Order: sequence, then C-alpha cells, then structure tokens
Amino acid sequence: MANEVCFRNMDQDRPWLLEQYRARGGYEMLSRILKEKMPPEKIIDEVKASGLRGRGGAGFPTGLKWSFINRNAPGHKYVVCNSDEGEPGTFKDRDILRYNPHQLIEGMVIAGYAIGATCGYNYIRGEFWEPYERFEAALEEARSAGFLGNDLFGSGFDFQLHSHLGAGAYICGEETALLESIEGKKGQPRYKPPFPAHFGLYGCPTIINNTESLASIPVILEKGGAWFKGLGVENSGGSKLFSISGNIKNPGVFEIPLGTPFSELLEMAGGMKEGSRIKAVIPGGSSAPILPGDVMMDLTMDYDAIAKAGSMLGSGAVIVLDDSNCMVKVLERMSYFYHEESCGQCTPCREGTGWLYRVVNRIETGRGRPEDLDLLDDMTVKIAGRTICALGDAAAMPVQGMLKHFRDEFEYHIEHKRCLVG
Amino acid sequence: MSDDQMVTVEVDGRQLKAKAGTLLIEVTDAAGINIPRFCYHKKLSVSANCRMCLVEVAKVPKPLPACATPVNEGMQVFTRSPLALAAQKGTMEFLLINHPLDCPICDQGGECELQDVALGYGNDSSRFVEGKRVVPERDIGPLIATDFTRCIHCTRCVRFGAEIAGVRELGATGRGEHMEIGTYIEKSVDSELSGNIIDVCPVGSLTSKPYLYSARAWELVQREAVAAHDSVGSNLNLHVRRNRVMRVHPRDNEAVNECWISDRDRFSYEGLYSGERLLRPLLKKGNEWQEVEWQDALEAVAQGLKRARGTSGNRLGALLSGNSTLEELYLAQKLMRGLGSENIDYRLRQSDFRSTSATAPWLGQPIAALEALGAALLIGSNIRKDQPMLAHRVRKAALEGAEVTFLNPFEVDLNYRARHLVAAPSAMLGELAAVAKALGIKGKLVNGVEVSDAHKAVAESLKSAERSTVLLGNMATAHPDFSLLRSLASDIAEASGSILGFLPESANSVGAALSGALPGDGGSNAGEMLGNVHKGYLLLGVEPTKDSWNPAKAQATLQQAEFVVALNAFRDQGLEQVADVILPIAGYAETSGTFVNAQGDWQSFGGAVAPAGEARPAWKILRVLGNLLDLSGFDQVSSEEVLAELKATLGERKPDNGGVASGEEEIRLNGNGLVRVGDVPIYAADPLVRRAESLQRTKDAMAAGIYINAETAKTLGLAPGDFATALQEEGRSKLPVFIDATIPAGCARIPAALAGTETLGGQIDNLTLEKA
Repeated sequence: MANEVCFRNMDQDRPWLLEQYRARGGYEMLSRILKEKMPPEKIIDEVKASGLRGRGGAGFPTGLKWSFINRNAPGHKYVVCNSDEGEPGTFKDRDILRYNPHQLIEGMVIAGYAIGATCGYNYIRGEFWEPYERFEAALEEARSAGFLGNDLFGSGFDFQLHSHLGAGAYICGEETALLESIEGKKGQPRYKPPFPAHFGLYGCPTIINNTESLASIPVILEKGGAWFKGLGVENSGGSKLFSISGNIKNPGVFEIPLGTPFSELLEMAGGMKEGSRIKAVIPGGSSAPILPGDVMMDLTMDYDAIAKAGSMLGSGAVIVLDDSNCMVKVLERMSYFYHEESCGQCTPCREGTGWLYRVVNRIETGRGRPEDLDLLDDMTVKIAGRTICALGDAAAMPVQGMLKHFRDEFEYHIEHKRCLVG
Repeated sequence: MSDDQMVTVEVDGRQLKAKAGTLLIEVTDAAGINIPRFCYHKKLSVSANCRMCLVEVAKVPKPLPACATPVNEGMQVFTRSPLALAAQKGTMEFLLINHPLDCPICDQGGECELQDVALGYGNDSSRFVEGKRVVPERDIGPLIATDFTRCIHCTRCVRFGAEIAGVRELGATGRGEHMEIGTYIEKSVDSELSGNIIDVCPVGSLTSKPYLYSARAWELVQREAVAAHDSVGSNLNLHVRRNRVMRVHPRDNEAVNECWISDRDRFSYEGLYSGERLLRPLLKKGNEWQEVEWQDALEAVAQGLKRARGTSGNRLGALLSGNSTLEELYLAQKLMRGLGSENIDYRLRQSDFRSTSATAPWLGQPIAALEALGAALLIGSNIRKDQPMLAHRVRKAALEGAEVTFLNPFEVDLNYRARHLVAAPSAMLGELAAVAKALGIKGKLVNGVEVSDAHKAVAESLKSAERSTVLLGNMATAHPDFSLLRSLASDIAEASGSILGFLPESANSVGAALSGALPGDGGSNAGEMLGNVHKGYLLLGVEPTKDSWNPAKAQATLQQAEFVVALNAFRDQGLEQVADVILPIAGYAETSGTFVNAQGDWQSFGGAVAPAGEARPAWKILRVLGNLLDLSGFDQVSSEEVLAELKATLGERKPDNGGVASGEEEIRLNGNGLVRVGDVPIYAADPLVRRAESLQRTKDAMAAGIYINAETAKTLGLAPGDFATALQEEGRSKLPVFIDATIPAGCARIPAALAGTETLGGQIDNLTLEKA
C-alpha cells in the first residue's frame, strides 16, 4: 500500500528525468485536461472529493482553498508552491524535488488551469541547492517538451513556471512572508485578512500550496478523488510522506496511508537504535507538542488521532527520542531555533521567543529558579494566539507540550542543577 | 450615505454606529473609548505589529487587534474584558523587557506613549532579569537624534517615510530581537518632512536634535502659532520655557497641514536665537554704527523720512516682506500713504510687472482640493521644497493616478511619478505656448510653436480630468516674462476647464496684497523702486542682498538714497551697507499678528515670547512713527485693533486671481547665450530660516555655486571643482562649479539668497561664465 502517490516512481532508475516520468504516463493527465478543456470546477470538485489536506502542516483542505479564488476576477492570478520546508525535522519535499519534480510541475500547471492562473512560482528553501538544480533541470525539460509555456497542447492555455530560491529564513515558509520574499521584500508575514486568495502575490489572487499537496494532484485526478480518499481514513484522506528521524535505525522519508499505526512506521524505519528505549515523539515537526513514547505507540498517524492526543500531524516530521535525551536540552535547542527565526515584526514573538529561550537556557545551565516553570507557562499563553502569524504558536506549543509531559525533568533540573537523565 | 452601509456595533456595552468596514479603532477613537496602541497612526497604513490594541470580540476565540479589525453589523467588542486586558498587559510586559527603563534620562520622558500606557498596563516590577538589548547610536543628520536601544519596532517612522515623505530613508533590518531601524547604508535622513518622525515615534528613539536634553516636557508651556515661511500657514504649537521657544510641534488642522509640518517650520525657531539677532536700535553716525536709545532712533527716522520726502511723498518708497504680518503690512502702507507715497510693494522677487493690477493672487482652490486633482500643470515650481505641505497634497493626488506635469528650468526632484518638461528659462514660454496651442489657443505667442506629443498629452490630461489645475510657482514669478507665462497659463486653464492658481511664496503673500502693500496709482513697484533711486526708503523685514530679485542693482540703488530706515530682526551686512537707521523688530513668535495663507485663511496668533533684547513688534514701531510724523489714524492700542481696521477697509474683498490676461506680447528674455536660473533654496528663503543653524547643516542647505550640465561645462572649458566668475549686467561673483545633469543646456543654476550670491544680478537673467 506504500508509495502510491508522490513516491510512486521510486522504483525507477533516475526517476527525475522527463522520459522516466512519461514512461509511467506522466503529463497525460495534463494533456487530457487541456485537450478536453475539462471544466475547472470539475477538477476542484475532484480535489475536494479526495480529502487532500495541506501537507505543509496546517492541514487545510486543498480543494476548498482553490475554490476561494474568483476565477473570473480580472488581472493576473498566481499559483505558488511552498518548497521552503523549514520546519525542523521535515525533509520530505526535498525528496519530491529531487526524485519526482515533474509530478510537481504537472500538479502546478493543473492547479493553474483550475484557478485561471497563467504563472506560477516554486519557492525553494535557500539551503536546497541540489534540489533546486534538479528542479530547474526539470523545468527546462518541461519547457522544451511543451508542457510549460504558451498555448499548451494547442489549448490556448498559457502557463509559465519559475523557481525562486529563498535565503534561509524559516519565516519565509509562512505563506504571506513567502509572498513578500518573492516580491523582493523583507520576509515578514502579512496581517490576514485579506487572505492570499484575494490579495496574494503582487496583490493578485493567489493559491499557495505545499510541494507534496501539489505533487499529489496528477495522481488524484488520474485515479480519482474517491480512490485517494480511500487510501486513508476518515477526515485524513490519502497517503502521506513522513520524514522520520531521531534515535532510530533508518531515518528517512516514507509514504504510507494516513491512519497507519505509528508502531508500523517505526518498524519501517528499522525501530529504535540498538539498546535504546523510546521516550518521546514529536509527531509533526518541531512546532508540534511532544508526546510520550507510550502514548505514541498506541496512536495511528492521521490528523484526528494525533490531535486527540494533544499534538498535531503537522508536516509529518516525526522525531523519535530515546531515553538518553534530556528534555530540558531538547527544549532549549528548539526554543533557540524560534528565537533565532522570529521575524521581529510583532511584539509577543519578537520579545517572547528570546525570553523563552533565555529562561529555558537558564534552567539547562543550572541557573533555573523555582518560579521559572510558572513563568514559562504564563509566557506561552501570552505569545500563542496573539501574533500576526503562527510562529508565535509554533514557539509556544513545544514549551507547553514539554511542561505538560515532562515537567518533572524540568523541576529536577531546577532543584539539582543537572539532568535527570544521562 | 445610505443606511444600509451603516452598522451598529456594541463596544463595552455602548451601541456605536459606523460605516461598515471602518476599522474598530477608528470607531472607538471617535466615541472616546481609549484602546492603547503604538503602531497604529491615523495617517499611516495599518501594520498591526505592536499588538497593544488587542481586544475581545464575541465569538472569536483569540483577541483581535482593533487597528486591523473592520467592524460589521452586530459585532460585540470588549476592550477591557479579562481576555482583552490580559492580552494588553501581556504585550506591555513584552514591550518593556528590552526597553531601557531609564525614563529620567530619556528626552521623551514625560511625553512618552510607552511611559503613559505602561502606567495603565504595566507591572510595577519586571520578571525579566536578563541583559537588555543595546543598539548602537546612529547619526542620521543634524535634525533628528536617535537612540534605537529604546525602539519598540512599531515602524511608524518607516511607514512615514514610505507613505508620507515619499522617500524610503528608514527601514528595518535584521530578524527577531536583532531587528533594527536604520538607513541600512549609513547616511542622513534628508526628506524636507523628516522631523515628523520625531512626532510619530511613540518612544524616545527619535527625538529632536536641536532640542535634545535642553528641557523637560513638563517645564514647557504650549502656545499656538502659525508658521512663518511658506504660504501653507501650517498650524503650530510652540513649546516655550522661560520666555524662550524651545521647540515647535504641528497642531492638527486637516484643512491646512493635517498633522504634519515641514522641517523648515519645525526647526527655523533656532534662528531667533542666532548671534546675529539685533537687540538694540542702530544709528549710523558717519560710517560707524552706534547702538542708541529708541527715542533717538525713532526721532532720527522721523526726521530722515521727512527730509527725504521734502515736498513730495513720491520721493519715498517702501519695500515690505511677504513674511510680515498683516498688521505690520497694513500700518507700513498706511504710513507711506500718509506721507503721500504710493511707492509700496512686497513683490521683491518679481521683475516683470507688466499689466498687473492690484490683485491678490492665491491658490484658487482649497488646499485639500489639491488631493482630489486628476491633473495638474505646475509652471516654474519646485513645490516640494518651496511649499512642502502643498507638495504633499499634490503627491497624494499623483499616487491616486493624477497626471502631474512640471514645466521647469531644471528637473526638480520629486517623490512620485510626473511628467517633466524641462526647458531653459527662455524656452519655457515656447513650451507653455505649445501646450496652449494643443488646446486650440491662438495668438502671437502661440503662432509658429511646434506641438509635440508631450504637449498634446499635457493638454489632454488637463482637459479630460474632472478636476485639474494650472499652478504658477516661485520660479514663474521670478521669470522676466512672468506676465506672459501667466497669461498663457490663464488661457490654458480656461481652455482646459482647469483652475488657475498661484503658489504664493511667503507666509503672508496673499495678506500683503490684501493689506495694500502694493503700489497705488502712479506708484513705483518693487522693480522700479530698486531700479530708480528714490530719496528715502522704508524696509520691513527685507535684506536686500538676499531678498530681492536683483541684489546687485538693489544694493547700488539703495546706496544712493539719501535716507534708508530698515526694520529688521537681525543684523545683516548688506543692510548695514545701505541703511541709516536699523530698528530691531520682534521676530516670529515674538509678536501677535495675522497671516493669510494660500487658500485665503486669515490665521491670527498671539505672541508666544517677549521680543529679544529691546526689539519691539513692528506694528508698534510703525504706529509710533505715524505719531511722530503727525499722521492721523495711528492710535491703535493692539494688533487686534489694527486688524479690525483693515477688515473694515477691505469689506468683502477676497483674494482673486483676476487681471492676468495681459495682451502683452513682447518677450524680454532672449535665448541668446547663457541664462541664470536663480531659484531660492528651501533654507534660504527668509531672514529667519537663513539663521536656523541646524537646518543650515542639512543636505538641502545648498552651497552657493554654479550648477551646469556636463555638456555646458565642456563647452565653457569648466570642470567640477573649478571656480568660475558669473557675470551679469549689474553684478558678478566667483563661485565653484558643480556638474548637475538635471540642468538643461543654455542655462546655469546659481541659486539665490545664499552667501556668495549677494553681488549677482537678476535671479533669472542673462549670464556669462568665465573660468576664474
């Protein structure tokens, strides 16, 4: 059941080449759509039917997002692919760019057709030099083959696609900061509303989807929304890429149906390292609250199950920690990340992330005070939900998760000025 | 507005009506409900970054920023609910962690928005015990002091630059806590509106450099005033301590200056305290100046004027400054007329007086109407520097799509897109004639002129716009063929359905005309008074080597007069060469009076401080002179009484732009050889600003020099850094050469009113350059 969608070509030799992609029927969906002049509404309905939810982390239904665009609005519209993939622990979109770039291109052209856009941008994370080159090469191939450009398949439909390399800021993965960055401005999130569907790139209606979401489109349309939905479970249609890392034997990216038990995913990744015992799992990228290992072992990997347990599926970045990890140290590392990556625009995040890090650092280095845990609790409440974008929440949630499940380790640290473990 | 656009919202239990989509903070502000805020500013775009105005909205789980939340029907808002207060207090705590809590040594202390709001929403002690962020100080020029360690990153200054000043001079670099406001590459902030960032800054990050550490807010007394430079008449608040103007702030007046003022209006008060301030009456004995008692000085003036007058008042002339108050101008002309002289004028920077009747040229429309223009043609105007707050209105129109065209002898620096018709002064007439021709106007000036696409486009823009205007600026007034430019402008306005307007030069140009400071029947105008020697002169607020169209000629003429009395606030070398008595007058802020601005508002003000030294308000001096000269009607006891008398004299008379169709056709400025363009730079315009020390250190305080394009320089064998002698009919001066690509062929820009240009001739006139 694995590798049905984004990784369906992983058995091929050099699957990123156009000829390989076409050998498996690549670009045929696009060709059919354009030649038949398939009604865009039909495409959007099919995507809605598939139950595809945004694979970047927020899990917003993709078809619904597309339907917000007023196709008949005058002027330009844009399709933007978010390949910024900055969430710590996530490395799945990188593999789509490296191994299956044409499926992403095809998905973006179809998305463009569906919303009436004639131009698209793929915003690629600044550190992704190799994937960027791979994607650029694929763009060249697609242009030469007539899958990008003007009058595609003689349909009169034009679509230009460009990649845009970021410069390494985590915040540019936030969709409106990403738009600002493409526009050549400082990457800072915009206040919403208006949402990009109404006021997006250069002020035009824009859809922004994650790489995995867009790359899933050709397969969804080829095999049908119902088929895709059937891969997963209720409320979590389809299969998904999981980047699993940590103290396990075979870290890597696995495409599995949503709803697969976590224990099976862990097994696919070779299980825990020799002699180590699972302690905790961050199930959806560093912003997702941490869950104890025994809780995780009973969960299935889908949106609802993880949410019910008090965390989130997020981008599907599963970080597995064994009992050699000091949770204070882990949190210190994560808090430092958010402190360093806050854009600085709005007060709670700019000031709060730095303060969070300093307090956690104080505990880690043996200078903690008894009142520090209450202070951390209080601060996270004052950051979460009060910022322009979700970075504030992303910085607060790991702290809340840690203090909920591993408070004793923090208390021990404060009292004894050293780790409970190790 | 129809009812269906109005919605009712409930804020803290009060039912408020507002237009749908209005921002919540605007609705609460209008209702007097206070929501704390830092980044929100009514004139700037919404950035919602400070998070201080978070309020609770029913059915929304998270608190929402009032500054970015539009109201809709039935919305229930709680500005002081537990959720709202917790959010506001939370933000305050975050804002304070990195803010130095050293209010006692901060210049903003006592008038700081952060301090005020912290009183209501802050804790009494900080839970943050780590080291605070420190940002190195940056020098952004002579006007604004920076202390970015205090910055709370509200970005009001950045948005002011981008949206109001129209120059992105400040920005935010760095992420997170490392975010800093700065110029990126180290440079000064040079906008002519830059001082407003001091006002918009809610903390002590941006403060006034001239005022820095000189007083505390609670020591200051606020007095209302009106700006004394350009014709906008910006409304001001003077902040006074112990009889000294310490600083100047804008006073809100939507119809005039909104909530902004130009740097000239903000910092010129420094001139009041210049070392050149005249503190006692001066009398020339032999070739020596002596300080004398008022009594002696006034008697010397009365005698001098009497002697010079002899049997005919016609032997006397009065040259009055357009920066004087209405009351001063009225009494000065009354004194002259009492002595039988009709030789009175305030138009010292004009040289073409053909067919001018005694009109009072004005903007022709309300200042705010400039915003709603669809097209504008500005002739001979560097409006951005000459009338900065009017320029701001035109810019707003341009950003909304208005087609703005400038016809100038050099390409003026603008902060929006406009069409530039650049022509040497002698060719300006032809350019304007071409626009006229494109509108189907006929006549000798128009015949034979070639019409280009650009001219057609200008004509079309004026004709097709719903609201359009044709404006004549300072350089048009100074043009030797001003009357021809004006008559063509009038024809163009009429043919295109545009409003004809003037951009009056001085704070009280319109008032001067209304008060009668113009030659009467058979009287000499300023040009004639300074061209033909009269026996006696009265000068009010005029420094002839800086404030007249042809300083060399003016000086030579005045020198030959029998008696010259000058009323001035400052010592001035040129004045001391020609005058016999100099009477110290109260400066701006030291006297009560009235200015009439470009749109015809009569704005009266009181004196904010006592005059320096023994200086006296000019209206009082003129009144006493009237008494000493045994003239009737000089018994007023207050400036209000003078004003009332003038008002009664004027009756219903209003400013008007009539009397401009000249029928004149003789072109005076020939296009042979080089022509000087002697515009008056922003900080050289009047005696006060010329002595404002900090403004004189800005980039806009130009050095006197010869600005020519590379081609002209090459033809003349001149290179940058060379010195050249500028020769005009009456004068000459040796000046450095600068290469400037915005100057067209056939002319050299040699700005007027600067040190080094006192010995030159006409502002816009023929010129020869010789390598020195």
